[in-house]
Amino acid sequence: MASPVRGGNSRQGKVRLTKWYSPYSQKERTKVIRELSGMILSRGPKLCNFVEWRGYKVVYKRYASLYFCMCIDQDENELEILEIIHHFVEILDRYFGSVCELDLIFNFHKALCYELSIILPVALGRTRIIYALFIYGSIASMAFQEAYYILDEILIAGELQESSKKTVARLIAAQDSLVEAAKEQESSISNMIAQATK
Amino acid sequence: MARDLAPEVERLLQFRDPNIRKKFSGYALASDVTKLRHPEKVVNCCCLTRAALCTIRIIKKVPDLAENFINPAAALLKEKHHGVLITGVQLCTDMCKVSTEALEYFRKKCIDGLVKVLKDLANSPYAPEYDVSGITDPFLHIRLLKLLHVLGQGDAEASDAMNDILAQVATKTESNKNAGNAILYECVATIMSIEDNGGLRVLAVNILGRFLSSRDNNIRYVALNMLMKAISLDSQAVQRHRATILECVKDSDASIRKRALELVYLLVNESNVKALTKELVDYLEVSDEEFKGDLTAKICSIVEKFSPEKIWYIDQMVKVLSEAGNYVKDEVWHALIIVITNASNLHGYTARALYKAVQTAGEQETLVRVAVWCIGEYGEMLVSNAGMLDVEDPITVTEADAVDVVETAIKRHSSDLTTRAMCLIALLKLSSRFPSYSKRINDIILHQKGSLVLELQQRAIEFNSIIEKHEKIRSALVERMPVLDEATYSGRRAGSMPAAVSTSQGALPKMPNGVAKPTSAPLVDLLDLSSDDIPATSSSGGDFLQDLLGVDLSPSSQGTNQTQKSGTDVLLDLLSIGTPPAQSSSSMLDMLSSGQDNKSSEGMIDKLASPSAPSAQASSPVASSSMMDLLDGFGPSPSLPVAETNGPTYPSIVAFESGSLKMTFNFSKEPGNLQTTVIEAQFANKSPDIYSNFVFQAAVPKFLQLQLDPASSNTLPASGNGSITQKLRISNSQHGKKSLVMRIRISYKANGKDVLEEGQINNFPGGL
Repeated sequence: MASPVRGGNSRQGKVRLTKWYSPYSQKERTKVIRELSGMILSRGPKLCNFVEWRGYKVVYKRYASLYFCMCIDQDENELEILEIIHHFVEILDRYFGSVCELDLIFNFHKALCYELSIILPVALGRTRIIYALFIYGSIASMAFQEAYYILDEILIAGELQESSKKTVARLIAAQDSLVEAAKEQESSISNMIAQATK
Repeated sequence: MARDLAPEVERLLQFRDPNIRKKFSGYALASDVTKLRHPEKVVNCCCLTRAALCTIRIIKKVPDLAENFINPAAALLKEKHHGVLITGVQLCTDMCKVSTEALEYFRKKCIDGLVKVLKDLANSPYAPEYDVSGITDPFLHIRLLKLLHVLGQGDAEASDAMNDILAQVATKTESNKNAGNAILYECVATIMSIEDNGGLRVLAVNILGRFLSSRDNNIRYVALNMLMKAISLDSQAVQRHRATILECVKDSDASIRKRALELVYLLVNESNVKALTKELVDYLEVSDEEFKGDLTAKICSIVEKFSPEKIWYIDQMVKVLSEAGNYVKDEVWHALIIVITNASNLHGYTARALYKAVQTAGEQETLVRVAVWCIGEYGEMLVSNAGMLDVEDPITVTEADAVDVVETAIKRHSSDLTTRAMCLIALLKLSSRFPSYSKRINDIILHQKGSLVLELQQRAIEFNSIIEKHEKIRSALVERMPVLDEATYSGRRAGSMPAAVSTSQGALPKMPNGVAKPTSAPLVDLLDLSSDDIPATSSSGGDFLQDLLGVDLSPSSQGTNQTQKSGTDVLLDLLSIGTPPAQSSSSMLDMLSSGQDNKSSEGMIDKLASPSAPSAQASSPVASSSMMDLLDGFGPSPSLPVAETNGPTYPSIVAFESGSLKMTFNFSKEPGNLQTTVIEAQFANKSPDIYSNFVFQAAVPKFLQLQLDPASSNTLPASGNGSITQKLRISNSQHGKKSLVMRIRISYKANGKDVLEEGQINNFPGGL
């Protein structure tokens, strides 16, 4: 789901994660991404975090080298969306904070220069969020999957689901342990024998 | 609880639309999976949240199902877990939007519960799990406020119940962090929408005022947004912040500028329009290119709607045109020209102002067009300094100067077709008004003879021939144009159906220069109600010629109009457009009404003559026969006096009859054109009251095309002492296969009451 977006200048906007909460064809998606990236990357630093686009509002927030964007309806509360973005980012931070070894191994020696990335959850119609693009400049692709899971725990069908960071963290941790357990089981001797003798 | 809700969802998923099933099976699966893995408490909550969100989607797709979920949803509101509460509240909000039954239910049963939840939340002590910058779970706060918004809207009792908590939230929430501001914003939005409570409203507006002066751009943006809503409730309060809002229009942030401009537009009223416009026009000079378009459009509409006097309007428009003429839309400067023609005492002033403006801002196309038109029209006033106002500085403009301006415009490389065409007409007018410069003007026109653009070439040749060979009629041709009626024009612009009415003498209810396109093309077929016909196919250039030149000819036929030169009578006879002077002005309208024929290229005379014949009232036989002679060589003359013996005759019918009104149709067909029928409708008043404001409208199905000419008058004398006639032209694309049908609507005023009669005409003779 990563679709690279190149800006014209040295600041490259690479799209890492997109989540769409309304049906969009592939062509439309790339078009939307291109338009929005261009618009948002060209905004100055001190300006407000809201842009009007095609009749919708796009709320974006920049965290170091990352842009998180969400596209919403006209009658949504923009400030709340800022909070949701922050909520998401904090959870991510917490999560990846707990696997910082991963960071060290996969990221630091990559020494990427400022690769700006954009997250764009975008909403259409009555749903709050239409799609989410999540671009993460310096996290390995393995981590994208985690980010998707985390996003899914927070937002389903564009609606906020859980406002407690602890709960989300607990759920994700539980999912992880399940995945680990499943992997372990698969690679266990007994399982291999069972597979071989089928 | 999870077990109640989820299986229900799953059951629905099974028997309903398979598309839904596919989408939601993912969610259902997710809920199953979580059920397996986690301890009981969390399982239930996760299940519930997912099931609730699932239900939201279902309800959006299939609103009828909402009733089934009312009770479970209400039960969700009693939960303690925040996740469940959030999704539950969201579910209730969406249900209320979709189903009124749900709305009623929640209003009656749940408001108190909700208020209590919100209160507990607002008063709750520090809870680390949900805390965001000092506030416990702002998301839940906001969701609850949203639900209260929906419930309280339009219902006074519900609004009362929530007053206290809203006041508490509004006053106690800290606003130094974004979370707090988000809650305050939502609170203000809720207060604005529920039923009026003076104290709360004041509170809300104060909060907005505070937001507006905050340094944080986001807060300002949000405040501007909400103020637009607040205007409709308490415009005084918003007016107080006018200065700040004006500052925001000039902000460096594009989003804020946009919001502020829209807000300013709503703020304008008669008392502050001058000051505001001045500010906006001043800013226009320094604004960004992308913003200029919006800004110009808004300034133009403000000026048009609220201008206290014509001279101010003209001043402002000249300024805007000089500054940003290229962004000004066509209808705007057309409207300007109409206003100019109506302001007869300002003609000289306008011409001079435009002359001055064009010296400095000659690259603004629209400015050049308007200036050229005015110079052409009022050239002699420009030169003679006629109508000098006190505020003006005296300038001397010689004829040569005036011609210079037009010459520059026409020769400029960047001028487009419309501008050049207008220049040519202006030159023709000037050649009549400044006879001594005729030779020089002729040279300029001759220069365009070789133009590669057909329109210009044609005009050049024709005007040249007028100047050289038709001296006698030249002055009549380019007499002062009649005043164009503002009311009809603005009515047409608004897309409304113009009344099929010929207005008072002296004003021509006709479209002004160049406005050719129907405002609502899809309706043209079915509801062709325009009296002043909208030529469906024409480039603007062609219409220009038609209208400008055409309208030029009309003045002399106005019954009460003065200045009848002898030449004009000759002209009118020549072109058979004249009707007995006592006629109303509708005759001229007929001439202009047929735009259909502008494909003909047989020259000017044909264009002028091809429009329909004299008005519905029987034209004098002399006129008609001479027209017949003249038109003999040309294309089909589209209209003939009624009851001609050309082609097959059809019996007249009584198309519509009611207790108070009778309408008869007389038919005729043009020779050689079997598809088109010309109908003359006659209205007779059967009652003893006089009908005024008489308007006849007709609609036809798609395979027919209908054109209405203006009626002979809009007052129907009583008891059949007179009648109104109106001509219709119908083109039947299914001629021979389907016969005509028509729905009609007649409205008039009788005895001070408005009356509306409608009917359908099915008794058309066959073969039409």
